[in-house]
Amino acid sequence: MLHLPALRWGKRYESLEKQEVAHFLTGEPIAQISQVNGGMLQLDMRHAARARQILRQIPSDDLLAMCEKAAELFENATLPVGDGEQSVDDFIHQQSASTGLPEHMCRANMKKNAFVLANMRSILDALTRGLDLEILSRGWGDEGRGVIVSYQVQSPVLGAVLPNNSPGVHTLWLPAIPLKVGLLLKPGSQEPWTPYRMVAAFTAAGVPPEAFALYPGGHDVGSTLLARCPRAMVFGSAQTVEQYAGNPRVQPHGPGFSKILLGDDVVDRWEEFLDLMVESVFSNSGRSCINCSGIWASRHTEEIARALAERLGPVDVLPPDDPQAGLAAFTNKQMAIGTYSMVQQDLAEAGVTDCTAAFGERLVEKERCAYLRPMVVHADSPDRAVASKEYMFPFVSVVRCAQQDMLRKIGPTLVGTALTEDPEWIDALTESTLIDRLNIGPIPTNRLNWLQPHEGNLIDFLYRSRAYQVEPMPAPVRA
Amino acid sequence: MSVDASATDLEAAQKAARDRLDQHVYEIVQWHFHESTGCPFWLEKKKELKFDPLTEVKGFDDLKKFPLFEDEWLRGGPVRRWVPKAYADRPIYVFETGGTTGIPKSRVVVEDHWIDYEMFSHTLPDEYFPKGANWLMLGPSGPRRLRLAIEHLAQYRGGICFCIDLDPRWVIKLIKKGWMEHLEEYKKHCIDQALTILSAGHDIKCMFATPKLLEALAYGLAEQGKSIPEVGITGIFSGGTEFTPQWTRFCVEELLGGPPEESGVFMTPTYGNTLMGLACSKPVRAEEDYKITYYAPQPRAVVEVVDFDNHEQVVDYGQTGRVKLYTMTKEFFVPGFLERDEGERERPYAKYPWDGVSGVRPYHRIAAQTTVGVY
Repeated sequence: MLHLPALRWGKRYESLEKQEVAHFLTGEPIAQISQVNGGMLQLDMRHAARARQILRQIPSDDLLAMCEKAAELFENATLPVGDGEQSVDDFIHQQSASTGLPEHMCRANMKKNAFVLANMRSILDALTRGLDLEILSRGWGDEGRGVIVSYQVQSPVLGAVLPNNSPGVHTLWLPAIPLKVGLLLKPGSQEPWTPYRMVAAFTAAGVPPEAFALYPGGHDVGSTLLARCPRAMVFGSAQTVEQYAGNPRVQPHGPGFSKILLGDDVVDRWEEFLDLMVESVFSNSGRSCINCSGIWASRHTEEIARALAERLGPVDVLPPDDPQAGLAAFTNKQMAIGTYSMVQQDLAEAGVTDCTAAFGERLVEKERCAYLRPMVVHADSPDRAVASKEYMFPFVSVVRCAQQDMLRKIGPTLVGTALTEDPEWIDALTESTLIDRLNIGPIPTNRLNWLQPHEGNLIDFLYRSRAYQVEPMPAPVRA
Repeated sequence: MSVDASATDLEAAQKAARDRLDQHVYEIVQWHFHESTGCPFWLEKKKELKFDPLTEVKGFDDLKKFPLFEDEWLRGGPVRRWVPKAYADRPIYVFETGGTTGIPKSRVVVEDHWIDYEMFSHTLPDEYFPKGANWLMLGPSGPRRLRLAIEHLAQYRGGICFCIDLDPRWVIKLIKKGWMEHLEEYKKHCIDQALTILSAGHDIKCMFATPKLLEALAYGLAEQGKSIPEVGITGIFSGGTEFTPQWTRFCVEELLGGPPEESGVFMTPTYGNTLMGLACSKPVRAEEDYKITYYAPQPRAVVEVVDFDNHEQVVDYGQTGRVKLYTMTKEFFVPGFLERDEGERERPYAKYPWDGVSGVRPYHRIAAQTTVGVY
């Protein structure tokens, strides 16, 4: 069976404790992952500076070329992963088997990660506003305006506590390598595949293995990483986000509560945007933070909810290798049951209607896993609890809310797609601090332009702009 | 031939140990249930029993006639109900366990903690735990048996024990409240005390430390550019269910600088509690993947690994079950207590010709509700 060791700045470490990853449908073991403790990570932080030192020795242009090569390898090659080899099909099968995502969604996520890596040059150009990357590497320089600029690296490595089962988020840490910052990752217990394969692709493309550390393990690894790493990302629940909010060392990523907001000037044309709404809710089985969980409008909301329910309600469970499969499994059956019970509580509130009720049972229990079929609910007011809910399956609340109240009521929104041409409202949306990624016009919430920053600019997280004055030393005065 | 001979020797040693255990059980039961020597608790309990312990308990197997010991019986006073009449005039210690919230469990002791640790002392290699060396007790203070036991161990070996202040109940509260920053600071406060003691010229060579504090000490020293071997520690005695083979390997290879013959530091895991005393570990070796096997100090205490659903049924060798403890000293009698741990039953061997237990970890059916603090 495939074994994935820990990687300690490139050195493999096989632990005496291993966790088995099993197929969510059959229970068949797929791989064993070495489990390490937080103490090991803490000890290894002593060598973190070396990761940056090694990366700084490589010209930025070469690193970008390595990213392009790594993208190609990641997407197409058979790579050495753990103590075995992994073809593209192996990767897809393994990832689907442990996360419950249909195989075609795993392929789509793989393509997304490869795309970001392949286009790293233009992404960094956009995120740095055209800064010569050698300035980041050297720490200071003249960007051509006759003014010295300096960016002080905040950590020799970027840490990340990766999610258990969402293969789409890995794009966020990929730019660290061309920014000459090492990577220290705690892979998710069910989705170790992308970080391991990505590190294999990077190293096969020529990036020194000493730039990478992978520490699979329990909660203590995550908490140690976040406590010890000067700059780290964490992917988790709303509670996790709250815990780390305001901590300058940690960039928390949690539920997105992404929304589509229909302006009063456009809402009567709602049917034209039904496909956009379906895609925003349903893509990637509704698992991403960029999936739409709320559609807000001042009128037609019941019709919108009914129309969405007619499109999404009939969607049923299909085998993971079926190209038409649209639903991911909850590999932990109890989580599906628990989620469904929370939804039932939401539905019990007056003013909330389950529009998918007519399309059959939503909770589908299998022997080892469970599914939740898509749900569309209508809320007659933004004050209903369901209006601010997000779940790990295609679930959307269509909320009736006057346009002038929306910005007071929507709450934090990772992606907000505003369907409007009303200049005053566009201006208010632009000024609002509640919406992170703002789409003006018919852009599905799940379609991200990678040239834009995501939940803050990674450059600003890793580098701090500061003063740097240079004056040549005078010639020595000789007696 | 030699294999056969050693097998026969082991068999003979097992038989002798078993005979000694049966004889010991008989004597202890006579002691605890005789009106002139027994404690009020057991003499009162005797009235509820459907058998007469004085005539019907002749050996270890007869202990199954007793109901399981319930540690709830240990909560609250008067604690003198646990003092055997024969010891009524002796100075009494009371040691507590638990107590983060509510009334803790108490065990009264006259000198069991001395005897247990003197016996344990004889298992320690003098090369790494030199006689006369001073000790650091990096563990809980307060009304704990461990605190005085380690001090006695140090004194018994001719040394002086230096201690820190550590309130484990506060640690558990911090964890339950989710005050992780306070927890970190409190740990730092404890480690600062240890670092101060180690830097003060006390010539400390031996220490007790819980696994978490041992780790924290190593990191604290690393921040000063030092290591555990470099500050002169050669012998470490540690304990707790967090002692997994992987943690032990990590500790030996990375915190202590390698196996004893390379690093000069010897660490021995132990398993014990206030009720039972102290079980020693078979030497832990890299060649056996750092497997940890404990053996109780028979005949004063016995460890069994029993079926999860039938505590009277010992599981087969190598099989998993719940840890069941028996304590049989003149001061304390526990005729079978289901510990909150599980593990695998291990075969006897020459040094300990009775059953052992390996892979000890929190009992899976209650593990989720347990908060592991510092030990």
